[in-house]
Amino acid sequence: MFKESERDTDSARQVTKVLAGDYCVYPVAAGETLRITDLEGNQAVDTLFFNSDDLHERYSAFDTIREQGNLYLTTNSVLLSDEGNPMLEIVADTCGRHDTLGGACAGESNTVRYALEKKTMHSCRDSWLLAIADEYAHLGLTKRDLTHNINFFMNVPVTEQGGLTFEDGISDAGKYVELVAHMNVLLLISNCPQLNNPCNGYNPTPIELAIWES
Amino acid sequence: MRTVEYEDTLPGGRHWSMLVRRGVNLTLSDVQGGGNLAMLLYNPVNPLERLNLPDTLKCQHTFRITEGHCLYSDMGRIFCSVIHDDVGWHDAASGTCNKALVERKWGSTTYQELRNDVIRNGRDNFLIELAKYGLGKRDLAANMNWFSRVDVSADGVMQLADANSTPGAAVTLRFEMDTLVIMHSCPHPLQNAASYPRHAINFRLSLAEPLADDDACLLSREENGRGFVNTQLYALGDG
Repeated sequence: MFKESERDTDSARQVTKVLAGDYCVYPVAAGETLRITDLEGNQAVDTLFFNSDDLHERYSAFDTIREQGNLYLTTNSVLLSDEGNPMLEIVADTCGRHDTLGGACAGESNTVRYALEKKTMHSCRDSWLLAIADEYAHLGLTKRDLTHNINFFMNVPVTEQGGLTFEDGISDAGKYVELVAHMNVLLLISNCPQLNNPCNGYNPTPIELAIWES
Repeated sequence: MRTVEYEDTLPGGRHWSMLVRRGVNLTLSDVQGGGNLAMLLYNPVNPLERLNLPDTLKCQHTFRITEGHCLYSDMGRIFCSVIHDDVGWHDAASGTCNKALVERKWGSTTYQELRNDVIRNGRDNFLIELAKYGLGKRDLAANMNWFSRVDVSADGVMQLADANSTPGAAVTLRFEMDTLVIMHSCPHPLQNAASYPRHAINFRLSLAEPLADDDACLLSREENGRGFVNTQLYALGDG
């Protein structure tokens, strides 16, 4: 469901540009609002959320879609943790639909989906693994904590016959999604570097994150 | 039909796990019909390699799982191939029931009162089996729900189909690598039956035929051809 926000980034406590192929890790406190903006259009933003007070509690894609009874994320979707607790809620969305079924790209899945020689291309899982192995190693997260993610701005419709299609994005330059945190969360984003399918329009581009205090 | 080497039945609402070797077929049968078997898969040598249903669905461009499909790990390898299926549609997108969900639908029960008819939930059942191998809640992933079908409308609404699986319907998984199989027989999480369903699932193990050049799972998609190459490389030199 389309819903615009009345917030102005001039009043945000933080505004950050994240380049394609980069990762970022930020805390968002309970009550704060996070906006992710697709600056140039058709950009998949591979996102994981953790409870920052207990990092072993994390976003659960499949609990979230089952409890809302709908496969796609949009305004009013409540993102649930693996413990069934509300983590964040989408309060504005000018894109209209976000995927949480398709997962993230990795070198190994590139070999299956595209070709063996695609395995050394940069991937979302590489970005996450580097983030938790180096700059954020103090968090104690490992590969087992990298679970099924949200792909903001990505469009993966299911057909009536049970097929899965990867459509050209329904997003466009300047589209955004805004979420209010219901607990203290830590976000781990890979701004997707995938060059082999239309999820980034074959041209990965920067995103902007803005965070407002409650 | 290959000789059945082992056969057992999991009563409804229970859990079990086992190591299934490469070259073994696991046949699951929905004894009464309308059952559900939830399943997770891990590499016993490196349990950080596990069933990845997003990768499985997207590389085969499918939302349902049936004959001809393969179940992939996050490392681009095939745990098992679906070589036979009487059902036609198995769910890979709904997760499993947890304590709050079963209490909301069927109330709170105690072992003290009901003994082994106590209402168990899928998450607890998975955690018990995982703990036997030193694994825990951080190792949980999206699970298969064999015998259940979930339809999705154009606007994304999910609905569990009634009576998707008939009595005796079977699905056979041929294991392409050694795999730790974690399973439980609790109801599908979208199940709204008035009373807690207890559907037994029978399982049989037999030795698989060698992979043929014209194998339907191998040829069903180009992606699976590459998945088999990855998986065979993993077993290179292993007899």
